[in-house]
Amino acid sequence: MNVREIVDALGLRVLTAPQKLDVEVSGGYTSDLLSDVMANSREKNIWITLQVHQNIVAVAKLKDLAAILLVNNRAPEEETVKKAEEEGVPILQTSETAFVISGKLYAQLGSKD
Amino acid sequence: MLKTYKADLHIHTCLSPCGELEMSPRAIAEKAREKKIDILGICDHNSAENVPALKEAAQPFQISVLAGIEIASREEVHILGLFDDMEAAFRAQDAVYEHLPGENDEETFGLQVVVNSEGEVLRINKKLLIGASTLALEKVVELIHSLNGLAIASHVDREGFSLIGQLGFVPDNLPLDGLEVSPRISLDEARRRFSSRLPLMAGSDAHRLEEIGLATTSFLLQAGTVAEIKLALRQKEGRKILN
Repeated sequence: MNVREIVDALGLRVLTAPQKLDVEVSGGYTSDLLSDVMANSREKNIWITLQVHQNIVAVAKLKDLAAILLVNNRAPEEETVKKAEEEGVPILQTSETAFVISGKLYAQLGSKD
Repeated sequence: MLKTYKADLHIHTCLSPCGELEMSPRAIAEKAREKKIDILGICDHNSAENVPALKEAAQPFQISVLAGIEIASREEVHILGLFDDMEAAFRAQDAVYEHLPGENDEETFGLQVVVNSEGEVLRINKKLLIGASTLALEKVVELIHSLNGLAIASHVDREGFSLIGQLGFVPDNLPLDGLEVSPRISLDEARRRFSSRLPLMAGSDAHRLEEIGLATTSFLLQAGTVAEIKLALRQKEGRKILN
């Protein structure tokens, strides 16, 4: 599945970089520690988090993640949006909790990690 | 004699990957003078390597430069360590470096430039200074105190990388010396919001020149030193926070 199909299937909002949704997703990673995401996420993962600081964009770019998915309707900081547009990193948003949306994403992607 | 010292205890330099290259020692010192700041805390991410240059650059302006380091704990909580003794700051830095994995990606996070007082490049720091150390929060505070430093939780009003943002509360058993708030909130508002047993201070967390002095703390002190600020935080011997 690509990011767009996941956005449609899970009813996510696309906050930045709508032109970058054709990327095939390799799996998901749920964590709020940036150092942990840097160490353990994989290329083209969707990263599920509540962090909204601009450094999330740097981490997503560094690790070549497919998208950042913010939970609990968390709104990214202004600088985060600006950086994400510049770098072409899609930021998605859901009203669900990290637990629920991780479960739903897992159901879509199967046992891929 | 006690007098008022205006302090901005949280300033980054061009060594921090997220700090602008315009943050050279001389430019910082000149901006501090313009803002009538008496005490500067130079606190780069996980490093104190640009403090000596700042000390030299600020000397002509009679500005006290405190040797600082903003340590990221393994919980990604940022803690300022401030020291009177340059060697102590370097020992704190050594301990952090030993527990700081990774290498900087300059394109993603920015350049990390160690300079002299003239702003000439001495070397490029290759460590992942933007990253988190593997030291637990308690260990970070213990490390700072073991070197006679002041341990202050950075920008507790912010969601990212702050004690309250990451943990949700100020742990009772964590022997911090104070809490810092960013320019996003006034000290009065902070005191209402964080009814903490710990003293509250304001710092700019400047990454750009124009941000220096956007938030400051005024102290009644005998000299611009960490030892004097320690007394002020405990309201001892007439020393105190004025704003």
